[in-house]
Amino acid sequence: MLSNWLYIGIFMLVSFFLPAAAITIAGLLAPKKPNAIKNSTYECGMETVGKSWIQFKAQYYVFALVFLVFDVETVFLFPWAVAYNQMTLFGVLEAIVFILILLGGLIYAWRKGALEWH
Amino acid sequence: MTFWSDPDGFLSNWLIHLLAGIGIPAGIAQAIGYALGAAILATGALFFVLFLIWLERKLIGRVQDRLGPNRLGPWGIFQPVADMLKIFTKEYITPSGADRVPYNLAPILTVAAVLMVWAVIPLAITVYGVDLNVGLLYIIAVGSLGEMGILMAGWGSNNKYAMLGAFRAAAQLISYEVPMVLSLLIPVMLSGSLNMNRIVMNQDIWYVMVAPLAAFIFFLTSIAEVGRAPFDLTEAESELVAGFNTEYSGLKFGMFYVADFLHSFTISILVTVIFLGGWRGPGAESSPLLGFIYLTIKASLVNFIIIIERASLPRFRIDQMMDFTWKVLTPVMLILLVLTALLEKTLPLVGVPAWGRSAILFVLNIALLFATDSIVRAHLARRPRPDVRGKERPVARPENFFSQPGSGA
Repeated sequence: MLSNWLYIGIFMLVSFFLPAAAITIAGLLAPKKPNAIKNSTYECGMETVGKSWIQFKAQYYVFALVFLVFDVETVFLFPWAVAYNQMTLFGVLEAIVFILILLGGLIYAWRKGALEWH
Repeated sequence: MTFWSDPDGFLSNWLIHLLAGIGIPAGIAQAIGYALGAAILATGALFFVLFLIWLERKLIGRVQDRLGPNRLGPWGIFQPVADMLKIFTKEYITPSGADRVPYNLAPILTVAAVLMVWAVIPLAITVYGVDLNVGLLYIIAVGSLGEMGILMAGWGSNNKYAMLGAFRAAAQLISYEVPMVLSLLIPVMLSGSLNMNRIVMNQDIWYVMVAPLAAFIFFLTSIAEVGRAPFDLTEAESELVAGFNTEYSGLKFGMFYVADFLHSFTISILVTVIFLGGWRGPGAESSPLLGFIYLTIKASLVNFIIIIERASLPRFRIDQMMDFTWKVLTPVMLILLVLTALLEKTLPLVGVPAWGRSAILFVLNIALLFATDSIVRAHLARRPRPDVRGKERPVARPENFFSQPGSGA
């Protein structure tokens, strides 16, 4: 069991190492002749106006919040789905009530206009 | 145990005995074996991308009535190799003012997020990286790391287009993750396990025959997760220059490219493993090689569909895309989940056999698919279409082309 996670850890290290190594090797092979024009920010070939790290729309947050609700929901639903075969009808009905409440939440967000992309 | 019945275990045993022969303890020998196995699997996956790039360029070329790459080697098969050698010698141009840490980490993280999925995929009955008991959860967790990579790329580039592209990509990816994860609940429910190999073993009837709608939604949302046509809004050239990877050059850009192609084959394999029976087929239980061949054939067919669909469908608009996931896929998936859970539990109580349950679920899925389709069509037909012809619009005439109002020019 523990060795499974050891393998996952090693695999993660390897999968970070391979692209990092490729990028480093290419950096050694490639020419390096930077200059101010070349390094300037490319914005359709035009001069950059102002800072790039600007304020952005709050709408992205709204989507992230709705996503968070459903992501936490699935965290609860996966253990239920694994135990589904050993479960009584009552357990299934309770989970269905849970899903229906979330469906209600989705409809609420929908009616409130949180799901409109402006 | 021979090589042909269990190549994975055979080779690792051989390696541990070999290392024990030169005085290395079994624990360290096993760790070395793991490292070698991981390196072989990950490197194999990365080099397989070269073939995938060639395949995709060739197929899209044929769809567009071109030849595609045809110069280097037979049928141009060495074209990606030449491209790779060339991109290795290209200069890295780092934009001034870039946030260096996320900028440089983003391509690595994007590739790593895709590669990590390969650790738990069962390639044949005994051939897998690791038989993790929460494999599917691990795939979901690791798969969403790619979104971090995209956000880091957009933020680090110090470019407004890249930033906008990254925000849009993040919004799209998290939105499509909701129906994707919900659709994965159904195979978990049917097999009663998160273990990938157990899910394959339990597919006496392929889950695509039990839950075709869940399979279809998983397929669609996976394509959106990769950011492929028709969901390739993250790199809509006409709107965002090139999206989050505008400022990348050389192999750092190449890494995003590699991650894209590898991800598209990874989702083909995932669709195969979860819904199309994975390595299962006649004789696959006794011969891992045969199972591996079955898996490759099925995954290639899925990948073929993805490529053809990329070549033939136009791009969605961003509001259409968000509507599609939140207002169509998510409610449908929730309803399907409720109905499947209810039917799978109540039908055995009234004495319906297993094949009968599968047939009923199949019919239910197809009915739900057509019901959704007709509701969406009816809604689209009722929606008023804005008439753009009648409106007054500024026209580029010679007299107002260069002049601004009030500038006196």
